[in-house]
Amino acid sequence: MMDLTALSRLQFTITAIFHFFYVPLTLGLAVLIAYMEYKYWRTNDEVWDKMARFWTKLFAINFAVGVASGITMEFQFGTNWADYSRFVGDIFGAPLAAEGVFAFFLESTFIGLLLFGRDKISRGMRFLSAVLVAFGTNLSAFWIIAANSWQQTPAGYKLEGGRAILTSFKEAVFSPSTLPRFLHTLDGAYVTAAFFVMGISAYYLLRKKNVEIARPSLRVGIIFGLIFALLQIYFGDIHAKQVAVTQPAKLAAFEGLWETQEKAPLLILGWPDTKNEKNVFEIGVPGLLSYLAHGDVNQPVKGIKEFPREERPPILPTFLSFHLMVGLGILMALALLWAVVELIRGKIYNNRLLLKLLLYFIPLPYIANELGWITAEVGRQPWIVYGLLKTSDAVSKLDPGQLVLTNLLFIAVYLFLGGLMLYLMVRTVKTHNENALGVAEREVA
Amino acid sequence: MDLNTVWFLLVGVLIIGYALLDGFDLGVGSLFYVLGKTDKERKILINAIGPVWDGNEVWLLTGGGALFAAFPLVYASVFSGFYLAMMLVLFALIFRAVAVEYYFKVDTPGLQKLMGGLFFLGSFLPALLFGVAVGNVVYGIPLDAEQNYAGTFFGLLKPFALCFGIVGLFAFLLQGAAYAALKTEGDQQKRARDLSKNFAVILLVLWLIGGIYSKMAAPHLWENYQKLPLLYVLPLITLVSLILIPGWVRKNAYQKVFTASSIAFATMILTVAAGLYPNWVIATDPVKNLTIYNASSSPLTLKVMLIVALIGVPIVLLYTIYTYRVFRGKASPERNGY
Repeated sequence: MMDLTALSRLQFTITAIFHFFYVPLTLGLAVLIAYMEYKYWRTNDEVWDKMARFWTKLFAINFAVGVASGITMEFQFGTNWADYSRFVGDIFGAPLAAEGVFAFFLESTFIGLLLFGRDKISRGMRFLSAVLVAFGTNLSAFWIIAANSWQQTPAGYKLEGGRAILTSFKEAVFSPSTLPRFLHTLDGAYVTAAFFVMGISAYYLLRKKNVEIARPSLRVGIIFGLIFALLQIYFGDIHAKQVAVTQPAKLAAFEGLWETQEKAPLLILGWPDTKNEKNVFEIGVPGLLSYLAHGDVNQPVKGIKEFPREERPPILPTFLSFHLMVGLGILMALALLWAVVELIRGKIYNNRLLLKLLLYFIPLPYIANELGWITAEVGRQPWIVYGLLKTSDAVSKLDPGQLVLTNLLFIAVYLFLGGLMLYLMVRTVKTHNENALGVAEREVA
Repeated sequence: MDLNTVWFLLVGVLIIGYALLDGFDLGVGSLFYVLGKTDKERKILINAIGPVWDGNEVWLLTGGGALFAAFPLVYASVFSGFYLAMMLVLFALIFRAVAVEYYFKVDTPGLQKLMGGLFFLGSFLPALLFGVAVGNVVYGIPLDAEQNYAGTFFGLLKPFALCFGIVGLFAFLLQGAAYAALKTEGDQQKRARDLSKNFAVILLVLWLIGGIYSKMAAPHLWENYQKLPLLYVLPLITLVSLILIPGWVRKNAYQKVFTASSIAFATMILTVAAGLYPNWVIATDPVKNLTIYNASSSPLTLKVMLIVALIGVPIVLLYTIYTYRVFRGKASPERNGY
């Protein structure tokens, strides 16, 4: 039987993983749709209209479940983590409320306008709606990541009466990890949308269907994807440097670095053994970790053994999720480089091997996003607020039986919704006909 | 007026915004099979709220966020205390969101039926449970020394709270029927208008019974009224609004009916809030009451959040009004647009 903390953590994990399955696509695709609407507005070329409509349709299917699971996230702070809410309420609630007022209203209102009002508003207004949806979703992400980052690197507070009390809103929102984590997460989301667009466009090109919109979509996806896949190398590096400074135990867990050492190696492969406090095997580049973390091979990097056992994150899951995430990132960057070469050579539309690869790569960024989230959150354990509040001290005193029940319900509901959404996505893609767009929609309805 | 009171009012404004806007969504959903006898009618109902429900629901999210930010101790105690009930509401809202968005996208009659059922259930449960929750909070719940709810799930189903639940439900139903009368035509509109009239009368009776019941069972809710009799204006406005509805229904003045329904709903919430102030949660042991002072955030947080609200809320209202203008007029059974 799992204990209360484990059950509540499971509940949050299920919800967060489920929610984060929808959010990244939304963030990136909104930007791409805004671009398509812009092109349509400026050129009045029907192809851009068809593209925007098609991708918006998929966006809407994805968005609905994202919204629904997002409500659950917010409520769970209160329902399952009452002592956490009491401890951080002075600080953590503000970005959540700001998200609602500044961002969530914006995206939710204008998505209605974009979806239902398309034919009631002008092309320019449609473009503006798409921009506001994109702006709203991205701003949402900022506030949420700011709130979560405060948990990672608390700032702008003082402790008073067992609660964290705000001393500077600016410092709390822009805690040391906010910007690196925001850029890294957002970038991952953009890459996700790029692979989504590329993969589905590739599918159409392979089937010789909807070619008119598939070609330009593929081009847009590749260029967007390449920019952000390359930028991600830079953002990932900034983020890791920040973790090295602010959360050294997490960094040591990323790399399975047991002993503090100069010329610390960056592991390409490895398998940490928590019980014996060493790696079963490792292949690494000596000195590279020291260099990446501190910009100097001779600078020592703190090892896991520096931290008392009860303050170490679970090493193996953190290590594996981090390395798999980085590995997937490299794989995606390589695929994009190949795609760009083929695009420049003008042979991409007939390169069946590459098109198939792009189709099968659709899940990769999704997996990488989830792994990144696991890396960040598991790597923070056993702290819910790093260095200030342990996860086990934050949980609501609930009846474990109720939690077992709701966990089972959540799993069932999410499986159903996830399945339904996947079914609708696949069906929409398979049955889509660019020439009948708009007209067919009305007949079906 | 101090910051804590300002935030009591602001959270109240968000709750009222939610009740009025998502209120008609929940009402329409609860009446899905009463107002939607045919496939076509049901499609009209979905389209009547399709463009706006998402924005409406954000009032709840923002209200929750604001409560968390301004009164974290209330947020923690109530949300964890009403755990199972909250989860029920959550599941309901999840299903409703998906049902509305997927109703036109699923391609088999079976799945569409399922979406319709989820839309009804996902609307009906919150419409009933929100009132039950408020009933508990204002009546008094057992809290332990750490401010955690010390009762059981079934302890939440006391007659007083259920009474609030029923009153709330009819307020949502009236709001839904009044909105449906605006957005529909013909036979469907006739049913919506008849329901508006009936719900207004039922709500009027329930509201009076509830008032008398609360005087006996929860006299603490009337203390502020004794101190400041001017407050009686609030329930009076509720009564006048409800009384006016049948006449306006007869004149087919649906915009006025909807406005009156909204005013009645808003003043009902204000009536309860005026009785509750300065408390948020009444505890069985009054010493443990959660008030706007002992459960609030620090002055700095309240100040920062006030700036956020003063900048943000007017903008939100502006584009919300714009959207409603774009979507004014009758709803169609067809899914236009993309």
